[in-house]
Amino acid sequence: MGGRLYASVLGLLQRRPPLVRVVPLSGRYIPKAQDVVVGTVCDVQGTFWLLDIAAPRWAPLHMTGTPWKIDFGETGQYLHVGDSVVVGVEAIENTGRIGVTMLGEGLGKLEGGTIVTISAAKVPRVIGRGGSMITTMTRLTGAEIVVGQNGRIWVGGSPEAIRRVRECLKLIERQGQRSGLTEMVERYLKSSQPPPPPPVEPLSTLVERPAPGTEVFVANPEPDGALFPEGVDGDVPPPEDN
Amino acid sequence: MGSVGAKDVPVLIGEDGRRIDGRRADELRPMKITAGALHQADGSAFVEWGMNKVMAAVYGPREVHPRHLQENNKAIVQCRYNMAAFSVDERKRPGLDRRSQEISKVIAEALESVVFAEEYPRTSIDVYIEVLQANAGTRCAGVVAASVALADAGIPMVDLLPSVAVGKVAGHIVLDLKKEEDNFGEADMPMALVPQSGRLVLLQMEGRLSKAEFATALDMGVAGCKTIYGTMKQALRDRYNVTGSDPTEAGQ
Repeated sequence: MGGRLYASVLGLLQRRPPLVRVVPLSGRYIPKAQDVVVGTVCDVQGTFWLLDIAAPRWAPLHMTGTPWKIDFGETGQYLHVGDSVVVGVEAIENTGRIGVTMLGEGLGKLEGGTIVTISAAKVPRVIGRGGSMITTMTRLTGAEIVVGQNGRIWVGGSPEAIRRVRECLKLIERQGQRSGLTEMVERYLKSSQPPPPPPVEPLSTLVERPAPGTEVFVANPEPDGALFPEGVDGDVPPPEDN
Repeated sequence: MGSVGAKDVPVLIGEDGRRIDGRRADELRPMKITAGALHQADGSAFVEWGMNKVMAAVYGPREVHPRHLQENNKAIVQCRYNMAAFSVDERKRPGLDRRSQEISKVIAEALESVVFAEEYPRTSIDVYIEVLQANAGTRCAGVVAASVALADAGIPMVDLLPSVAVGKVAGHIVLDLKKEEDNFGEADMPMALVPQSGRLVLLQMEGRLSKAEFATALDMGVAGCKTIYGTMKQALRDRYNVTGSDPTEAGQ
């Protein structure tokens, strides 16, 4: 416009003469062919499922794109609404339809574990250069991690491992613009080993601390079964188990 | 306000030309914008402007509900402007009314004209504007909050959309009316401007202005919008410079 260029999205300017590029800082996941994404089933139809992959639109997963041999109408027996799957993006048709498949290495239905959602713009940081960040996290926590390009990350393993990976992911999401992230995460995980007791103020803000008044109960836990302390009348608030 | 006797009208413009809160005619009320105030939304902004407090949240582009509203060649922009029951002196009956429906519509149309809707066919961009505290000019504050929230959500746009009201109070044309000026003034004209192109995408008026007064008011409003534009851009910059304190940061 008027011999000048204007960005249409909020982002960081990158000058690589003769090109300029704007790296977006936020925004929904925009699917690309070959991407591996984590999706959730949100509708079951006769021959396909509709998946929410955090993209602008739902993605249909046709039954021919699955490892199962299904007859018409049997789709509901394999995947239910709310199930999570790892799928590959096959193609974006010019109607905007997102074709996905479950055939391929590492693709399939997810059982157990937890899904952590972060901004899709931060996914490269979670993977790290040549996968370094993933390796660090898997090595130091023993968790199993599947990263979807759409910002959904499936974490499996022991509850403790899942908890620690989740904290790392939160850390990465908040500190995503900084350099030396892998080292920071490594230091964080090492400093918080061994597990007990719950290490390091767990990234504060999100965790509600008990009000000062309730600390009595935390410091002197009641013996099992006794909900109210002896000798005190009913005006004591029920102990809050933190 | 025909029913109000002349005695009840406060002195809106003092002899020194200052307004009821000490502002000059072309002065804005103080404004503070916080981009990314909500976690759940794709984009959000909180605007405190004078005694207005307005929160905006943007979701999408996402699947359209109900389906029949979907458009095959572009995204639709849906907007809900709502005033909290506690936002005004006398409790407002909650929910949609004629006024909020009108405001929702004009804001949605103003926003639709600045987003590149063709990039996301068959989707919906949903904007929720909640007025927590009102003191005249909430639709302008709503437009400002909504457009910062859209930018925060990473939605491609032509430009941000600053917005302000101009009006006629005690015979003077003034910028950014506050509640008393709105209630007892002669005219109120909210507008929203696309700064880079100078296009007006929202312009409403209540009351009467002469041709000359209208021209003055328009110029004053455009100037006001340019100032607000700066505040909006700064809010988006601030959003990404902040790095919260963190236990692992020590020794970095």
